[in-house]
Amino acid sequence: MSASHAPAASATAGSAPTSYFIPEPSSWPVKGSIALFCMAIGAATWFNDLPPGPWLVAFGFAMLAYVLYGWFGTVVGESEAGKYNSQVDVSFRWSMSWFIFSEVMFFAAFFGALFYARQLSVPWLGDLEHKLLWPDFGGQWPSAGPQASEKFTTMGPFPIPALNTALLLMSGVTLTIAHHALKDNNRGRLKLFMALTIALGVLFLGFQAYEYSHAYSELNLKLTSGIYGSTFFLLTGFHGFHVTVGATMLIVILARCMKGHFTPDHHFAFEAVAWYWHFVDVVWLGLFFVVYMF
Amino acid sequence: MSAVLPAHGHADDHGHGHDDHHHGPPPGLMRWVKTTNHKDIGTLYLWFSFVMFLSGGVLALTIRAELFQPGLQIVNPEFFNQLTTMHGVMMVFGAIMPAFVGFANWMIPMQIGAPDMAFARMNNWSFWLLIPAAGLLVISFFVPGGATAAGWTLYAPLSTQMGMGMDLAIFALHIMGASSIMGSINIVTTILNMRAPGMTLMKMPMFCWTWLITAYLLIAVMPVLAGAITMVLTDRHFGTSFFNAAGGGDPVMYQHIFWFFGHPEVYIMILPAFGIISHVVPAFARKPLFGYSSMVYATSSIAILSFIVWAHHMFTTGIPAAGQLFFMYATMLIAIPTGVKVFNWIATMWKGSMTFETPMLFATGFIFVFTMGGFTGLILAVTPIDIQLQDTYYVVAHFHYVLVAGSLFAMFSGVYFWLPKWTGHMYDEGLGKLHFWTSVIFFNITFFPMHFLGLAGMPRRIPDYATQFSDFNAIASVGAFGFGLSQLIFLAAVLKCIKGGAKAGDNPWEGAQGLEWTLSSPAPYHSFETPPVVK
Repeated sequence: MSASHAPAASATAGSAPTSYFIPEPSSWPVKGSIALFCMAIGAATWFNDLPPGPWLVAFGFAMLAYVLYGWFGTVVGESEAGKYNSQVDVSFRWSMSWFIFSEVMFFAAFFGALFYARQLSVPWLGDLEHKLLWPDFGGQWPSAGPQASEKFTTMGPFPIPALNTALLLMSGVTLTIAHHALKDNNRGRLKLFMALTIALGVLFLGFQAYEYSHAYSELNLKLTSGIYGSTFFLLTGFHGFHVTVGATMLIVILARCMKGHFTPDHHFAFEAVAWYWHFVDVVWLGLFFVVYMF
Repeated sequence: MSAVLPAHGHADDHGHGHDDHHHGPPPGLMRWVKTTNHKDIGTLYLWFSFVMFLSGGVLALTIRAELFQPGLQIVNPEFFNQLTTMHGVMMVFGAIMPAFVGFANWMIPMQIGAPDMAFARMNNWSFWLLIPAAGLLVISFFVPGGATAAGWTLYAPLSTQMGMGMDLAIFALHIMGASSIMGSINIVTTILNMRAPGMTLMKMPMFCWTWLITAYLLIAVMPVLAGAITMVLTDRHFGTSFFNAAGGGDPVMYQHIFWFFGHPEVYIMILPAFGIISHVVPAFARKPLFGYSSMVYATSSIAILSFIVWAHHMFTTGIPAAGQLFFMYATMLIAIPTGVKVFNWIATMWKGSMTFETPMLFATGFIFVFTMGGFTGLILAVTPIDIQLQDTYYVVAHFHYVLVAGSLFAMFSGVYFWLPKWTGHMYDEGLGKLHFWTSVIFFNITFFPMHFLGLAGMPRRIPDYATQFSDFNAIASVGAFGFGLSQLIFLAAVLKCIKGGAKAGDNPWEGAQGLEWTLSSPAPYHSFETPPVVK
């Protein structure tokens, strides 16, 4: 895998590039800033029942989508025009690795909240000191807290989460097959297995949507179900969001494959998306064990 | 215009007239909006942070005006809380952090022999994200309920209760976090992948080393802050119970997650300062930096330790005795690598042929006053003492000694040191020295009495106080206004230097070392078009 050796090569500060790549002045960034500003103002007014609320969020989101499309389109164009030399390639590798590390740390905050609640805050609320306040609260996980008004049932690991685990693991395999097909210059096989990977990802999201509706309608498990509901929905929800982003990225890569982009030895965009997809996969394994299983 | 810089011709080691055969900046306002040039972006960062520094300073002066006498004179308590909160948020996220990123943008490509940052377009976004974030903070003063008043730490359950200003602050922090992460990924990638041939990691200038480690810290902890404030947001509006004990959550959990971000954040704001000082002291002592490799290892040790000391901010909010002991000793350990740095700077000065131009004055002032802040930090690390001093003015004195006399003085030192390279002119030495002496004197008049106030038990973040604290508060307020006005001298010195002044040579300092001094002054628009060779 080129994943591992490329960053190591640059740490020796070796190869002198024959030319540097510096992009032309660009208006994409400032448009992206306007988009995010609209989304922030829109969301803040929306959450506080003030105008313009959702309309401004929708506008900001549409603008952000336009910016991402245009910006990444520019990058793809530059890449296809051959402007990216090997130094740029290594820069992309470093940056994608660090970006994934930042994502790991984002999930770490929510996993940390789950561990803290299970190991510390819920048992503390059930201990002797709190018997005066809440005599009937046992401090057992799963819990919606000492003042939970409604009962709920937890989401077990079977059948849907286990099925989803299988789906994501399979999608990792199909993606690797697609990567090997790309390296062997077998374009038909590449497109087939990319499409399969996307299908598995979308299927995962479909099952998760079904699981959420099942939780709300039959288990009475909601976002408002105390700390269990909070950690369950935010952990799985942010993961689902990352699957959505990852699937979108896979679709873009498939579209580029259809257009004849990428060569057997120059296809970092493919690899970057593959890294991201495997990262999402690993997060899911963590979720499967600590949220659903134990 | 061409997007690819070809490696034409000669490697002009002295860099004279590099830009005559190549495109300079495009004219007009759009130069700044659309720029992909590391110097333009660095300039934007530095001016933005200076504006935020003055704005946050005005908030601080309003606080000090209110505290000049006991009783309520100028603002009501609700607005006072908004002032302390927004002063902290604007100074930390708007002034100190972006200013160091501005330094990084200007200096790192020049110091490692690169033409620009690795991702010049993303670099533009990192800066331009700060504008909407600052806009959200300013707007939050004018929404129903006013700006967030929960303190810059945004502790739950205060932060889960306030009005729309809190939501705006949360989104502002999200956007500034995205900006920091993108900026940091850019810096790490630039340092790891764009160094000139021959510049191994252990030959790299200290400023680049400290920024490499700072950027790593930022990438590691900014997402954690994003997670914490996202939980606040969902607790506020979507009925989750992360910080609500009735639902099985815990407000103390917010403090754990916040300070897991917050303590590395403290070092994010000081490590680049260490880098700047490590350039200025050798230049004016005319000796190489003493113990370069130990500086690198000390910086790394500080970064690693920063992840395991967070609960020393929480000694009074309920952690078991074993936890208090662990975090106390872990915190004290940080004094060792920090001491290594201070001793190395002093050893660099030892038997050097020292002169005291403004950068060196600020560097010496930094070492002296920052070390005092370090000592009070060590005192605060001692759990039983901290339990007495938690949330008193002693803590305010401590962190202003390390943030103002630490980070800010180091930045002043760096500005005077590199201004000739940036503008091509020498700054006015008289103005610079005046700026230093007024700053250091008024700084101490402002913050030294706060130690006594804290030891006597005056709590922080209150608009009124018992009459026994009157004298020291009056002194501190006078000092604060003096300090604030002194910064106008800085503005004057910088503007004067931009407009004119004695022509600066390629290396205006006798003892300054490094690739940036091989370039012409002002530095060419694209720093190194062909990589210089480092031996």
